[in-house]
Amino acid sequence: MEILMAIIIGILFASATYLFLSKSILRIIVASGLLSHGAHLLILTMGGLKQGAVPLVNKEGIPVTDPLPQALILTAIVISFGVTALFLVLAYRAYQELGTDNMDQLRGTEGND
Amino acid sequence: MINLIVLPILIPLLTAVLLIFFASKVKTQRWISAISALLNIGVAFSVVRKVFVDGIQILNVGSWVAPFGITLVSDMLSALLVLTTTIIGFAVILYSFSSIGKEREKYYYYALVQFLLVGVIGAFTTGDIFNLFVFFEVMLMASYVLLVIGGTKIQLRESLKYLTVNVISSALFVISVAYLYSVVGTLNMAQISERIGSLEEMPGILTVIAVLFLIVFGMKGAIFPLYFWLPGSYFAPPIPVMALFGALLTKVGVYSIIRTFTLFFFQDKDYTYELLMILAIITVVVGVIGSIAYWNIKKIIIYNIITAIGVILYGVSVATTTSFTGSILYLIHDMLIKAALFLLIGVMIKITGTSNLRQFSGLIKHYPGLAWTFFIAAISLAGIPPFSGFVGKLLVIQGGFTAEEYIGATIILLSSLLVLYSVMKIFIHGFWGVPKEYAKKESISYRALLFPIVLIITISVLYGIGSDYVYSYVSQAVQTLVNPELYIEAVLKE
Repeated sequence: MEILMAIIIGILFASATYLFLSKSILRIIVASGLLSHGAHLLILTMGGLKQGAVPLVNKEGIPVTDPLPQALILTAIVISFGVTALFLVLAYRAYQELGTDNMDQLRGTEGND
Repeated sequence: MINLIVLPILIPLLTAVLLIFFASKVKTQRWISAISALLNIGVAFSVVRKVFVDGIQILNVGSWVAPFGITLVSDMLSALLVLTTTIIGFAVILYSFSSIGKEREKYYYYALVQFLLVGVIGAFTTGDIFNLFVFFEVMLMASYVLLVIGGTKIQLRESLKYLTVNVISSALFVISVAYLYSVVGTLNMAQISERIGSLEEMPGILTVIAVLFLIVFGMKGAIFPLYFWLPGSYFAPPIPVMALFGALLTKVGVYSIIRTFTLFFFQDKDYTYELLMILAIITVVVGVIGSIAYWNIKKIIIYNIITAIGVILYGVSVATTTSFTGSILYLIHDMLIKAALFLLIGVMIKITGTSNLRQFSGLIKHYPGLAWTFFIAAISLAGIPPFSGFVGKLLVIQGGFTAEEYIGATIILLSSLLVLYSVMKIFIHGFWGVPKEYAKKESISYRALLFPIVLIITISVLYGIGSDYVYSYVSQAVQTLVNPELYIEAVLKE
């Protein structure tokens, strides 16, 4: 199961890298979404995918899955939500103000003399 | 008081929350943030005293014993960096009063500065690797908004790039933590260190993780192949923000490299430390090339950040007691002096209206105070003996030569010359010569701007003259770096 997950995460990382290298800002934001998906799945996989009960209080005492990676993912998800929301608004403002979404046209030359 | 070490994080956090309620009242905001920053200096100072007298301070948040809860750890290195951060925070807040402008102040500027300080101080104090990630994000989030606040074209453009780079490096941080967790099964830094230390030899995967951490923190701290984002991004924001970034953000990356490399990856020194050394030396070279190439005063100082990071990391990669002491002395000196230099060129830009060195000269005639302050800052940066940059660099180079790493030490010695040249270029072309038209603008309240700078420069001069006194503190900080057992014992004592 871990091997399958590793392959899928690898595909996610590859797609994210490909999109990060493109010119349009929106594609870059999609890439950041895919990258964070990959990272979160990777935490889950690295914590171990052994079968067990959900980590809620269970009186039977059956083994549960590792609760720590789930807490880490939850934290990482909200952080990347916040950053992605800011990123989208920033891209919107930049489009309004600068009139382009092409990263090639966003080069700066100030102070390079 | 047992909760003492959480106070430097808590004070700016509560202040930031409070400041959100006073968005439109600029005067109130200024008072609150200045008083809280001053208070925090006092608290940070008492933390340093406490650590000096009683050794490493531990706070288990929520009374969960060490490896299971989040532990805050304040050893001497953290305490000194927290103190330096609070001093810089205070100076930048004072400088912002007459520099940043009402428009930005009304849009939560001071709250964001306080949040940035929360992130930086938290990152220095935490003893948990995932908590470090969270404090990094607190810091970065605040820095994104501080970078873009005001919304000019250049800020929007550079924020997009800065955000992209940091999103990638944050994801890499998460990935590295995931790998590390799957190998050692814990997140507490002391326990990670203990588990890695109990292995016979460092397995290959840990070396890979060490390099991953180097990439992540190197991206934050702008070391050689990963510095590409810094010159553009730091060029965009207003001066006080630039000073905060230049003094604090990259140094958090450097601190994290020091912490992880001395605490986790100290077994297989051959490969990782060698890599760090090569990268540090190239970083120094790239930094000095940049700083002598440009005629824009902002760019010159920005490239000097990169040089200093190379020097500090070279000392770390040599990994002897002498070189660690040198690195820490230099790290603290560099935080102070970079903040001062950015604030100084801010005053110059305010007076002349340009950052192009070719377009102004002769400032010393009408602004002698500014000129001599800049002169002291410049020679401190280069490391002229009575001033603060000297002892740190001396010990780094001495450490390099004693460890028979001649090439690196020689390059760092030579780099001082070019660093001196780059800042003296500003002094000679900007302050000497014939004064130009702009010279007598009455509207500039330049004394109010100069006060926080003089404050930092005074501290930095005292730091240089009182090296003996500072040395006893720094040598205590080095103890934990060369002896990770001290750190582990302090955290996992039960």
